Amino acid sequence: MSVRQVSVAEAIALAADGRRVIDVREPSEWAEGHLPGATLLPLADLPSRIGELVPDRSTPLLLHCASGARSARAAVRLEALGYSDLVNMAGHIGDWRRLGGAWEAPQQLLTDAQARRYSRQVLIPEIGQAGQRKLLDGKVLLIGAGGLGSPAAFYLTSSGVGTIGLVDDDLVDESNLQRQILHTADRVGMLKTESARMTLNALNPETRVVEHRERLSDENVERLIAGYDIVLDGTDNFETRYILNDAALKLHKPVVHGSIYRWDGQVTTFVPFDGPCYRCMYPTQPPPELAPACSVAGVLGVLPGIVGLLQANEVFKLLLGVGETLAGRLLMFDAMSTSFDEVRIWRDPACPACGEGARLIAEPAAASA
Amino acid sequence: MSRVKIPPVLRDSVGGSRDLTASGQTVAAVLDDLFAQHPALRERVTEDGQLSRFINVYVNDRDVRYRDGLDTPVGAEDTVILLPAMAGGAR
Repeated sequence: MSVRQVSVAEAIALAADGRRVIDVREPSEWAEGHLPGATLLPLADLPSRIGELVPDRSTPLLLHCASGARSARAAVRLEALGYSDLVNMAGHIGDWRRLGGAWEAPQQLLTDAQARRYSRQVLIPEIGQAGQRKLLDGKVLLIGAGGLGSPAAFYLTSSGVGTIGLVDDDLVDESNLQRQILHTADRVGMLKTESARMTLNALNPETRVVEHRERLSDENVERLIAGYDIVLDGTDNFETRYILNDAALKLHKPVVHGSIYRWDGQVTTFVPFDGPCYRCMYPTQPPPELAPACSVAGVLGVLPGIVGLLQANEVFKLLLGVGETLAGRLLMFDAMSTSFDEVRIWRDPACPACGEGARLIAEPAAASA
Repeated sequence: MSRVKIPPVLRDSVGGSRDLTASGQTVAAVLDDLFAQHPALRERVTEDGQLSRFINVYVNDRDVRYRDGLDTPVGAEDTVILLPAMAGGAR
């Protein structure tokens, strides 16, 4: 038994006939264009991965590289592994295109620098170059550049989310540094948005960090969220949460909700008209004694870290369109016992914001279609 | 006896406990047993004999508002979760 050597013209005919094509070039060469339906398997990875990719050793295979040299070596190795029907294209890949062989032009989704920087997550099947492109095109608005916003902003930025908006009008205070890790001791007194932008752009100069140096209100909420895909809610008071909820429903923006108190945190995701909204869960604003702020009650430093990253995880899934979000589920974290509880939350038909005949926001016709 | 999870903002009404046990066949009976053990809890959880609007009550993972309210049955193996809104976040 030996490996059959064929010309480029013969290889084109074999591939058109349905013979499985193994491209043993490097990923950088593949990215510049490749045969449609081919499997990329660089020569160095061949022994370790061929068994998984082609379990049946009698499968008819067509091997190629750029010139026929590497694929000839690959064929010898495959023959030694027991593969029995091997054809090597002994010719130049340029001839394939010149002779009219089927060709898939490169989709330049990422620059070389981006492909290197994000390589560890591009390797994940559910992300890949297309998913990374979605992250790079993603626009996420963080309400609050504080405890929850800090860890979320760090990872959204490091992972290549293209635009990060920060809404905050506070100045960095010494008491923030225990948990608001975007800020540093030498920036006490600086605007939080400015401090956050410095930190985030040091981590990833490519990220567009937009400072909104204002406090969210019913006056500015629609203008602020309109230009973003997703809102990460890390506010510190109920009034803002209701304002955000109603505007997000109106403009159809998902909101990833997080809240924290001492050793306990809550996370959920509100997808407008597809699951409950904040008012479905908490129809009425509680009195202040039932809902003290961190400044009164205290909070464990690591807690917003954990909760903020659970929020970031939700953002990633929403941007990528993969997995199962927390829509319809409230996740509760208890740091003292290191345990999670989960309850179901329902869309309330009588909800004043998103229910049937809602007074506050009418469901957009497109959303119910 | 059912297990009742006490949220952080209500723990000062129950001597700091995170978790209590109470007996009763319904949410109302379980709460009555809790109030007998911790009288201060009653006014935090109820308004005029009804559940407070500010507190969600779950039997296991189900909101009793979407079941039978205070009449929702509670089994000995069930966990009752009291859950007020939390506001904390950024600042």
